[in-house]
Amino acid sequence: MDQFTINLLFVGASFALYIGIAIWARAGSTSEFYAAGRGVHPVTNGMATAADWMSAASFISMAGLIAFTGYDNSSFLMGWTGGYVLLALLLAPYLRKFGKFTVSEFIGDRFYSQTARIVAVVCLIVASTTYVIGQMTGVGVAFGRFLEVSNTSGLLIGACVVFAYAVFGGMKGVTYTQVAQYCVLITAYTIPAIFISLQLTGTPIPALGLFGEHAASGEPLLAKLDALVAELGFNEYTAHHADTFNMVLFTLSLMIGTAGLPHVIMRFFTVPRVADARWSAGWTLVFIALLYLTAPAVGAMARLNITEMMWPNGASGEPVSAEMIEGEQRYDWMATWQKTGLLNWEDKNGDGKIAYFNDKDAETVAKMEAAGWGSENELTKFNRDILVLANPEIANLPSWVIGLVAAGGLAAALSTAAGLLLAISSAVSHDLIKGAINPQISERGELLSARIAMAVAIAVATYLGLNPPGFAAQTVALAFGLAAASIFPALMMGIFSTRINNTGAVAGMLAGLIVTLLYIFLHKGWFFVPGTNSFTDADPLLGTVKSTSFGAIGAAINFGVAYVVSGMTKETPAEIKALVESVRVPRGAGAAQDH
Amino acid sequence: MTDQATHIVETAEADRGYWSANVRIIIISLVIWALVSFGFGILLRPALSGIAVGGTDLGFWFAQQGSIIVFLALIFFYAWRMNKLDKEFGVEE
Repeated sequence: MDQFTINLLFVGASFALYIGIAIWARAGSTSEFYAAGRGVHPVTNGMATAADWMSAASFISMAGLIAFTGYDNSSFLMGWTGGYVLLALLLAPYLRKFGKFTVSEFIGDRFYSQTARIVAVVCLIVASTTYVIGQMTGVGVAFGRFLEVSNTSGLLIGACVVFAYAVFGGMKGVTYTQVAQYCVLITAYTIPAIFISLQLTGTPIPALGLFGEHAASGEPLLAKLDALVAELGFNEYTAHHADTFNMVLFTLSLMIGTAGLPHVIMRFFTVPRVADARWSAGWTLVFIALLYLTAPAVGAMARLNITEMMWPNGASGEPVSAEMIEGEQRYDWMATWQKTGLLNWEDKNGDGKIAYFNDKDAETVAKMEAAGWGSENELTKFNRDILVLANPEIANLPSWVIGLVAAGGLAAALSTAAGLLLAISSAVSHDLIKGAINPQISERGELLSARIAMAVAIAVATYLGLNPPGFAAQTVALAFGLAAASIFPALMMGIFSTRINNTGAVAGMLAGLIVTLLYIFLHKGWFFVPGTNSFTDADPLLGTVKSTSFGAIGAAINFGVAYVVSGMTKETPAEIKALVESVRVPRGAGAAQDH
Repeated sequence: MTDQATHIVETAEADRGYWSANVRIIIISLVIWALVSFGFGILLRPALSGIAVGGTDLGFWFAQQGSIIVFLALIFFYAWRMNKLDKEFGVEE
């Protein structure tokens, strides 16, 4: 059986499983559509939240970004896990106590203002749509590879699948499907990592292998990697090269954004009790950590494997020849990935060799020229997003592992895209249409508008996903910045301060969202249209602050504006103060009410 | 003052005590949260560079592994501590 058939088999079987579960747990009422009837155990909920959370960015993109940058991209690891501490301590238990269905409902009630609710809906839609763009980028890569078509066709096929899938069920269907997706994605992520860790270090646990010994040389793995990449003119893997201030801000933005993303927060509405909301956040992080502790090992080991493949006799020997890449079976992955347009090489100086090195480093260029390998890097394109999917092929693992990874990558992208689309559709149908425009709408009408909202969101995301503002994880990082600047501060102030009033909250959210959005558009192009940007992240507007790191500043603006404006306007009414007091204690948390 | 009114005042006071105890636990947890990630993982890494861990230094370990493990411990500690606090103040569900 060839690889293509095996991939189809794995992906097909996993899809059949999800669709089966979705039919079995089909949502019948609006309450089930949005919040799974609140009957979900904390461990189950944690697993589903982990699948919802770990997207194409975590599965497909993150290890690749770490692999090619090393220590400097540790921000992704700390940021995307550290946010759960904020979520568990500052938001989840209180929002569960409040007991409504959506994030915007809390903001609307706490700030006793329809305007606040609508502003929250807008913030939520902007952040979630940006996030879906990142997912679509990942979906395009995964479908492109396993169907052996171009990235663009992969993206269009993926969009149809995501749409069919998300429209099918609501939260209830999604919750149980996501448990299945978690199992698929975590197996798919760890199995190749275990194989590779055994090959390189002899340790079956990748997280330990990362800090272990490189079996072939007897040196510590990371020391070996540092030396090898430094010889080719790249930054040492474990060294700190990035701007420290930007790195701190970026990590903080990812953390605050994690705690402000509506599709994750919504998850904590589905547990039975306040105590369960606290445990559930912990369980979620357990399931996330299984992947996040493996990812840095995957990155480092893949970097070592790829570099050694390009320099089979070490960096001072001969580079791999074009003939070897075409002829030898262990280089087959390069030809398969070339078809997607995401990997490419070119023998620029016609010496028959493909020399991979940093041609921006003058010293290395001189060394390579002296050795006769030319002055240009000949591995001309290596898209970071292909690393995890190509990894089992690079390590020459059995074909069923490759099929499994294809299924896992799709599970990660699909589960998150579905969760986000659900958050968008509930914001539009429940908060905007039922809450503000037409309160008399029937349940059927509400479900229909939810599905139309999903269709529109996916069309926009697909269109923008064709020209994404960055690799999957970078686009997703922008979404986190937006969530950090708009939603998290409003929620936190709503719980921890009785002083912040309706005007303050609205002004704060708008200021945070608009300033952050402006900063992003100035660097990434207006509405992400390429070429319309005035600055680049290499030379940003404010010192060293990249557009992906601006969320933390946006959040600070939100807090500051809300505080000042609240101080100048009327005090919060007594009944709202009583509401805040009641949200703070778990006593009397009943089942959530609809209205 | 009627019994019921006394009861309401007492409850409100107990709730305030509960809330300040909660805020104290949150602040301590968040100090640890910031120390392991922004501290050991980034800003204090040069100061920890003398401590070797598997081919690199302790700061790298905290940035790529240690902080995640501490985050987990913090969330479970908080859940356990708060569920106990709920009972101490009689505010459990």
